[in-house]
Amino acid sequence: MSEVYVITSGKGGVGKTTTTANLGAGLAIMDKKVVLVDADIGLRNLDVVMGLENRIVFDMIDVIEGNCRLKQALIKDKRYPTLHLLPAAQTKDKDAVSPEQMKKLCDQLREEFDYVIIDCPAGIEQGFKNAIAGADKAIVVTTPEISAVRDADRIIGLLEANEIRDPLLILNRIRINMVKRGDMMTLEDVTEVLAIDVLGIVPDDESVVVSTNKGEPAVADKNSFAGQAFRDICRRMNGETVPLMDLEQNDGLMSKIKKIFVRG
Amino acid sequence: MEFLKNFFGRKPQSGSVAKDRLKLVLIHDRANCNTDLLEAMKNDIMQVIAKYMDIDEAAGMDINISQETDDDNNPVPVLYANIPIKNLRKKKK
Repeated sequence: MSEVYVITSGKGGVGKTTTTANLGAGLAIMDKKVVLVDADIGLRNLDVVMGLENRIVFDMIDVIEGNCRLKQALIKDKRYPTLHLLPAAQTKDKDAVSPEQMKKLCDQLREEFDYVIIDCPAGIEQGFKNAIAGADKAIVVTTPEISAVRDADRIIGLLEANEIRDPLLILNRIRINMVKRGDMMTLEDVTEVLAIDVLGIVPDDESVVVSTNKGEPAVADKNSFAGQAFRDICRRMNGETVPLMDLEQNDGLMSKIKKIFVRG
Repeated sequence: MEFLKNFFGRKPQSGSVAKDRLKLVLIHDRANCNTDLLEAMKNDIMQVIAKYMDIDEAAGMDINISQETDDDNNPVPVLYANIPIKNLRKKKK
């Protein structure tokens, strides 16, 4: 029973690609066969976030145009034997693919893998339509910002119009200190407005920047707080019941220092 | 401290300001995305009113969703309809 997920958000820069990379690596660590598909044609980035940019020979467009076989274009991640990447083309534009071609590609991938995870481009134009064409399920990534949540709401409406029902929410980059002093929308605020189920919450964590710099997904870093959040999300995708993480356990250096003094 | 600050009438916190603004903007967004629904509703409303009054169809009917505030000053969506009437009493045909 393989599943095709699309990771989408509407707004750019909220963490779709980072989320895709982390879910892929996290599920592969759990021994699932995973393929990540970069649907952001012309602006490919999943390869660099994954640290696989030097291994690209063929891309998605080569597969679709018949320049190579699907197997030849799949990059095997040596760190996680069950993880593969199908990179986007960098020199074509989004009209190089049609929704029908995407659907066919997803159906081919579905036969080989447990999870097909598609990294959707920002926006609601052709690239978005292509990315969702072959998906069964959607994960909507947003941050607790008014602009990101507004775009997420629009995306949820468009997913519904395209018969992808019950998308799941990942609320990314939560800054618990700001939430505590009332200067950031809470998870409850966001879910009240969007009215969809929550797949996970991810704290704003510098370790994600460090991981991305190195091309190593944070999910593999045992000491990363955001990595823990992504590990929890992967377990939920796999059907486990995992409570939402307590973001206050790690709210910055100052609070740690304070705690030491309080204990003493 | 938080309690005392709130007690002395501190400004609303930016998180809840964001939530309120978001709710308002989504009322608009969602209404605009639903033009088909509004059009269908408009036709139904016209039919009902036409049973009792003469509608000036040439003047056109305006229907949309906007926002007002309720008694507690919370934003609420309001269905606004402007229906020009020719005659308040339906002419017998």
